[in-house]
Amino acid sequence: MENQFFVDSEHLSKEALDKKHQLEKDPSCRTNPMEYMPGMEKIKSDVCDKVMNEVKSFDYTKYTAKDVRAALEHDKCSVEDFKALLSPAAEPFLEEMARKARLETSKHFGNTVYIFTPLYIANYCENYCVYCGFNRYNHINRMKLTLEQIEREMKVIAESGMEEILILTGESRAQSDVKYIGEACRLARKYFRMVGLEIYPVNTEDYRYLRECGADYVTVFQETYDIEKYEKLHLAGHKRVWPYRFDAQERALMAGMRGVAFSALLGLSDFRKDALASAMHVYYLQRKYPHAEMSLSCPRLRPIINNDKINPLDVHEKQLCQILCAYRIFLPFVGITVSSRESAEFRNGIVKIAATKVSAGVSTGIGDHESKYEGKDAADKTGDEQFEIEDGRSLKKMYGDIVGEGLQPVLNDYLYV
Amino acid sequence: MDKLTLGGKEFESRFILGSGKYSLKLIEAAVKDAGAEIITLAVRRANTKEKENILDFIPKNVTLLPNTSGARTADEAVRIARLSRELGCGDFVKIEIMRDSKYLLPDNQETVKATEILAKEGFVVLPYMYPDLNVARDLVNAGAAAVMPLGSPIGSNKGLATKEFIQILIDEIDLPIIVDAGVGKPSQACEAMEMGAAAVMANTALATAGDLPLMAKAFRLAIEAGRNAYLAGLGRVLTRGASASDPLTGFLRD
Repeated sequence: MENQFFVDSEHLSKEALDKKHQLEKDPSCRTNPMEYMPGMEKIKSDVCDKVMNEVKSFDYTKYTAKDVRAALEHDKCSVEDFKALLSPAAEPFLEEMARKARLETSKHFGNTVYIFTPLYIANYCENYCVYCGFNRYNHINRMKLTLEQIEREMKVIAESGMEEILILTGESRAQSDVKYIGEACRLARKYFRMVGLEIYPVNTEDYRYLRECGADYVTVFQETYDIEKYEKLHLAGHKRVWPYRFDAQERALMAGMRGVAFSALLGLSDFRKDALASAMHVYYLQRKYPHAEMSLSCPRLRPIINNDKINPLDVHEKQLCQILCAYRIFLPFVGITVSSRESAEFRNGIVKIAATKVSAGVSTGIGDHESKYEGKDAADKTGDEQFEIEDGRSLKKMYGDIVGEGLQPVLNDYLYV
Repeated sequence: MDKLTLGGKEFESRFILGSGKYSLKLIEAAVKDAGAEIITLAVRRANTKEKENILDFIPKNVTLLPNTSGARTADEAVRIARLSRELGCGDFVKIEIMRDSKYLLPDNQETVKATEILAKEGFVVLPYMYPDLNVARDLVNAGAAAVMPLGSPIGSNKGLATKEFIQILIDEIDLPIIVDAGVGKPSQACEAMEMGAAAVMANTALATAGDLPLMAKAFRLAIEAGRNAYLAGLGRVLTRGASASDPLTGFLRD
């Protein structure tokens, strides 16, 4: 079964609708996803080839229980071991994998769990990514916060005790340009100890500018490493350019960012191959930039406004857990973030095994923290959400729940130097 | 047990406790059961706002040993150390400079540079380092108060993988040698102390234990045993078989 992503809005003009249908039905009218658009910086790097070669040769059906047992017994997890752990043959070994993963997590992170919150400052988007609530053809309330509104949101979040923030935008260079995002970073540094960014990929010089503004960590989701599938899901806009997105983390590191985060959106394509690719992306970049901090996320597809049927297909909680355990065993030093796309029960369980970071007090909408945190009616209009969240716990509740699991919540482990 | 002197301050305990990997509420119990008088903490963790600051959980009678984790260069370590002083964490500082996020191995060259700068500023500098005799001598010249060689990679619990080289430091360096990182079991801590290490530091070994306070106590006893053994002077240990009872040189007449 496949997800049915295409939804037509009655609010679209005939012209827009025709264009949308053409993009959906006629591949020949779509641009080449491997071709850079004007202004996109091309860096020299061999990381992409290395990662994609691993993925190409990955046949997960050839692994057996024997390979999985060997992987679990090895002191050090090789790439081959990792592949075995991602394979269907490893599914019966989930409990053993979880035990090994927990040991690795505790060796590197003790029993600490980091908490952060995302702040969406704009939801305008120029892309047509068929699974995303922000896509340009989806009829939603669009909004871009003014700097005053951003500051008000930040104040509300900071008052809840939060010390780490992740600033997000929809992908519109026209509506939310780099300067605007930079100003948001400067404001964030006033209220938070750690500022991360999850925005459209930019060139090295822009990353350098954003770092000067106070951002220190860059997250870019590749969504899927399967280029053929990527082409069918990202039909228009700059996000369509796959290799420019792939090199985003490297450009961020070249610009002096302290850390970078990676992810595939599970459910879009073959999740085992996407999990392998995400981890190998980390693995090879870490070899090239050994000082950098790296982390992995593991989002699964979620329903969006105007399409409540979207789901992660064959990536059930068991498969997600298997991937996270495999990540942890293969890359014991990386941070692993599990977002509010997952349920409270899943997140409570996974922080004891492999995850080291969770979000709390989450809204994926625009400008609604005051109403959500303080129960006040929103004075201004708000912007609609990117996707539906599953775990709506506040910071206070999350903090208490983590303590209840016998773990230590950490709000800040970061210092700008 | 004899006393340990660091930066002109005397300590009864030779067990330095880490604080970063377990629940804040367990710190007090760990300090008590470990009998520890020095506890390390990451300045980046202490640099937090009002909600549950780690500093509030550390008993007031122990000496803080703030570390510069997160620093990738000497310059960054120096800035973190200065911030630590501003935060009221005292004059002790453990230098940790890592340019490797995978193994967290220390950068010896940068560590020497930072040690020199901070020692001149009056800090009691305890540098975490990869056990290299030449670097250890540089650290002495740079004004370090002790040298902290790693036993094995942080968090690995693999014990004294660098044993031979730590022994060389103990034999050749006149400052206290404190074994840091990789000590996973009380027996390994005991072994380090038998060799003549001045103290042992542990964090992960406690954090990953089933019963943290009990493991803290086990380490305390092991460290005391090892120190006493060292002071007593270890007896002969045969590597294999028994020794010949007839002396080989019995034929010599004058």
